[in-house]
Amino acid sequence: MKLYLRYVSVLLKSQMQYRTSFILVTVGQFFIPFFMFISVLLLFQRFSTIAGWTLYEVALCYAVINISSSLSECFARGFDTFSMLIVRGEFDRILVRPRTTLLQIFGTKFEFSRIGRLSQGFIALIFSLMYLDVSWDLYRVLTLLLMILSGTFIFTGLYILGATLCFWTVEGLEVVNILTDGGRNFAQYPLSIYQEWVKKFFTYVIPFASVNYLPLQYLLNKANGNLLAHMLAPILGILFIIPCILIWNFGVKHYKSTGS
Amino acid sequence: MRAYYSLFKMRVLKGLQYRTAAIAGVCTQFFWGIMYIMIFEAFYKSSTTPQPITYNQLVQVIWLQQSFLVLFMLWYRDSELFNQITNGDIAYELCRPSDLYGLWYAKLIGQRLSGAILRCFPIILIAAFLPKPYRFSLPADGISFILFLITITLALLLIVAISMLIYISTFYTMSPTGSLLMIAVAGEFFSGLIIPVPLMPSILRKIVYLLPFRYTSDLPFRLYAGNIGLKEGLLSIGVQLVWILILVWLGRFLMKRAFKKIVVQGG
Repeated sequence: MKLYLRYVSVLLKSQMQYRTSFILVTVGQFFIPFFMFISVLLLFQRFSTIAGWTLYEVALCYAVINISSSLSECFARGFDTFSMLIVRGEFDRILVRPRTTLLQIFGTKFEFSRIGRLSQGFIALIFSLMYLDVSWDLYRVLTLLLMILSGTFIFTGLYILGATLCFWTVEGLEVVNILTDGGRNFAQYPLSIYQEWVKKFFTYVIPFASVNYLPLQYLLNKANGNLLAHMLAPILGILFIIPCILIWNFGVKHYKSTGS
Repeated sequence: MRAYYSLFKMRVLKGLQYRTAAIAGVCTQFFWGIMYIMIFEAFYKSSTTPQPITYNQLVQVIWLQQSFLVLFMLWYRDSELFNQITNGDIAYELCRPSDLYGLWYAKLIGQRLSGAILRCFPIILIAAFLPKPYRFSLPADGISFILFLITITLALLLIVAISMLIYISTFYTMSPTGSLLMIAVAGEFFSGLIIPVPLMPSILRKIVYLLPFRYTSDLPFRLYAGNIGLKEGLLSIGVQLVWILILVWLGRFLMKRAFKKIVVQGG
């Protein structure tokens, strides 16, 4: 942990060397999803509800997913650009060091500019909380925090999976973006608006349902049945990272250096 | 003219080499199309009031947007051109005996076309065989198909004229990221790629109609879907032509001015 903090502080210093560029990228990171959010607002002006969910409820879902995806982009950016390490043969260096590979990859990159995107998510969150008619007690706040945490873990797991593929393909694959970017866009709306097969996929294969559906129902008083199960569902999402790490370790064993 | 043509041909052939990238692109775009359609399906199902564009027409527009995305997205950039400007290789280009604006214009068109040719047919083909509510169908009628072909050709000329302005702005700012990002995001929004133009509130729609962006990817697709009538379609062709003339003139003017005081970077 101490080592990781050290990695992060070094990266922060290096990124601050290019201050103007950093500010520009951060501002851009704010505006891209911001237009997305405006379009959601405009759509609701026209249609008023989507499959029984109101604007503010969707905004809450949107905020949670955006906050957690930008958090995981901050931390796990190293996995997103992992193919570069393989192509240049730099992964060999990482293998010979006496620390776990995962920790070192986490330490290669830390995107501070994602703060732009993160603040956009928080604006959406504040917006929805201002208008939502929900009495916030300790359990609900805890559930909300768990949701964000769980989302972050799921996205990080997806990044790790994408990077693991590079052990076999060497090149990074654009298709992986379907899972990460596509997953984010899908999950911005509550899962119940989609077709049955999409729901099943995002429940049993990639457990987004444990972030943007089950606990959301609890927060908004829509849950019936066991409340505790709805509350604790995000924990299942956090567990998603375990198989990802196992697959990663399997991939590391398979690794053949590209030389050079 | 022959020089432009051969440059254009070279670009197309070069682009056709990247087949794996194209397959990956097809998968991504296809997935994106399905996703958008599902979201709109849910929206349309929860409201009974008739909308300015029917669900079926919207499905056609979304599939066309996805399959021709490479043709019309603004952030599709040629890093080669940017590098020429920032590292000083532009000096070689200036020595050539043909007009630089025309050369780049031909290059960019070729690049966009080659990307689109590889991607559009598979997406359209698969989409045409999907089950009913998602299916991509034939155009509304023969005339709208002809109008679609005319407007999409003009739209390509227009989008390249717009993106030329982005390249030229690099002469003044030296860093492509900032200007590119802002123009690309705003342009995408105003051309109806994030939210379809007919679904925008009327004030916003008025602004959109004043800007050139919607004449790239909104107009031809809605003509295909039958959402725009014959008369408006014919008028819009005129507007497209006017925009192309204005933007090409502006681009040439700015480029000439930039060259008068150009500083060649590096050595």
